[in-house]
Amino acid sequence: MTNVLLIVFMISLLYLSIAHQLLTYIKILGSQGVILFGIALIELNQINAVNLAFVLLETIAFKAILIPSFLNYVMKKNNITRDAEPFLPNFISLIIITSIIIGMFVLSSAIVDSKISKIYFVVALSTLFTGLYIIVTRKKIITHVMGYLVIENGVFILSLAVGNEMPMLVNLGILLDIFASIFLLGLFVNKIGDILKDVDVDQLKNLKD
Amino acid sequence: MIGLYLSGALIIGCSLFFNRDKKINYLLVVAFLILQTALTIYECNHINFVQLNYFSSDALALLMLITLNIISIPAMYHSYVYLSDKRDNPRHRAFYFAAMVMLLTAISAAYLANHIAVTWIFVELTTLSASVLIYHRRNNHSLEGTWKYVFVCAISITLVFIGILFLSFALHQAGTDDLSFAVLIKKAPELNLFWLRLAFVFIFTGFTAKLGLVPMYTAGIDAKDKAPSPAGALLSSVLMNVGFVGVFRFYTVIANSPLHAWANHVMLIAALLSIFVSAVYMTKVKNIKRMFAYSSIEHAGIVILGLVAGGIGYYAAVLHIVLHAFIKASFFFQMGQIYRIYKSKSIYDSGNYFKYNLTGSIVMLLGFFSATAMPPSGLFISEFLIFRSLFESNYLAVLIIVIILLTVIIWAFGKNIFKLLFSPAVDFDEDSIEKINPAESISQFILLGLAVYLGINPPNEFVTLIQEAIKNLPQ
Repeated sequence: MTNVLLIVFMISLLYLSIAHQLLTYIKILGSQGVILFGIALIELNQINAVNLAFVLLETIAFKAILIPSFLNYVMKKNNITRDAEPFLPNFISLIIITSIIIGMFVLSSAIVDSKISKIYFVVALSTLFTGLYIIVTRKKIITHVMGYLVIENGVFILSLAVGNEMPMLVNLGILLDIFASIFLLGLFVNKIGDILKDVDVDQLKNLKD
Repeated sequence: MIGLYLSGALIIGCSLFFNRDKKINYLLVVAFLILQTALTIYECNHINFVQLNYFSSDALALLMLITLNIISIPAMYHSYVYLSDKRDNPRHRAFYFAAMVMLLTAISAAYLANHIAVTWIFVELTTLSASVLIYHRRNNHSLEGTWKYVFVCAISITLVFIGILFLSFALHQAGTDDLSFAVLIKKAPELNLFWLRLAFVFIFTGFTAKLGLVPMYTAGIDAKDKAPSPAGALLSSVLMNVGFVGVFRFYTVIANSPLHAWANHVMLIAALLSIFVSAVYMTKVKNIKRMFAYSSIEHAGIVILGLVAGGIGYYAAVLHIVLHAFIKASFFFQMGQIYRIYKSKSIYDSGNYFKYNLTGSIVMLLGFFSATAMPPSGLFISEFLIFRSLFESNYLAVLIIVIILLTVIIWAFGKNIFKLLFSPAVDFDEDSIEKINPAESISQFILLGLAVYLGINPPNEFVTLIQEAIKNLPQ
């Protein structure tokens, strides 16, 4: 069952690479949150109940509901255009993300470790690099934040791989959400929008030599 | 004591945040400095004493803690000078000092942590508090600097976390789940090489954002430029030391594993590229503050070269990072005065500094000699030792490249500093300049003097501490 969920998660990455509209990105992020909730529910069966409840609540409330609806709100309030404005055509993005995933599979064949399931490694690292790829190739600041959220989801999956033995690491991973909230807050109070007029990374090119 | 310190600092930070009165603000800051000094003295008297399970005062932590304590006092003083100069907004002042206290606390705790996950938490905290300081001016440029800094640091902190996860996989296989550095060093020879290799790449890359090395150095440059100069002094001295502590502690683990030679190669590449990048940008940079920041990149590269070379290089690397903190902090403190005279950070708008601020220009001149490692600067000693160890460990080609790049850096640094000191400024209105009180430069002289003293005639305790800090590295 976990494997199915992880593979669905991986497919969502491919979908992310060809999505046109920001709204689709938000929906994908939300559904990733739901998938993570499912994986955590199935996998973390050996940690104590309070901790499990905390992790589950965090994934479902924060990752699946709060952040997507908040992104939606920010988008509407700041009048951000709906297009993702990638630098590269979607077809090329799809090829690159696919090759990232294949590359991770190849890399995972080097693992000689019977205790860690390889699929976690593959999914987590593909998510990480997909997130970085989205940050690098999209133009808007809000897509950068979304790329960061994707990276964070990947990290969460990786931490689930040792979640039963070291629940502390899962909790630590949740600390990363603080950064995500700060980015969202930055977008929310709209300082970036106010001062920089348009929410576009081209505005962030003044500091240089 | 560390529990007392953390809770005390938290209370002081919160009261600073909510307090708007100037007198109470002074009192609270003084109280924090006393608390900080008390912590340092306590830890010095309790070497290798474990507190709250996750904090222990080993030699490296002590060295860095003492450095932080020495720099934090002038940093607070210069903050007052800086803030009194601007339109004094009580709200901004409250934010500034609360962030300053949080930053210093997080840095101290990150030094003292003996568990890699605890270090990670406090490094995350340093990013958050530093971002408030960078945003202090609340204009377009500082917003851009802050956003970039937080974003790049958030990604690098995530990379460190991924590295820690890989490390936990390796440990899991070796049959333990304790991530403290002592256990890591003990278990290092039997860890799974695949996971360890990945862990090193991720953790090293992540910490380069704080230490200021290729590939993550970029955000730090903007941050040091846009932060108020006393905060910039902290960012390019004690906060860099946090990155160094992170890299150094994990390097100690790697050095005890079969991956030592491989890790050396990775670090060698990062160090060489850093010095190269710094040399390229130093020749074209026109903003004095950014020039100091690029000079920090160069020194971070040299420090890592010292670790790579091994032998006496270990000793020199720790010495170098401590001395660099003093020198670079005094540069940034001085920068505040330069900005008040010329109202600009550009090299084109400044000049004839000797005429306008004699003591300040002597600081700049001495600082230039110190930062470029000319005798009697303490950095001369450490750089010389690092070069010697590079030579001894057969990195001759590397040594030649580094020396050529350093020559370029010294030339570029000198060109800009001498322009600032001696060439007349273009279109500069001499009538409206502010008179700078020479007493404001005292702390810079003390810091620079300290760098000379510790380099040339290091007290025995200092040498013992450094040797203690590097004892776990294979000699």
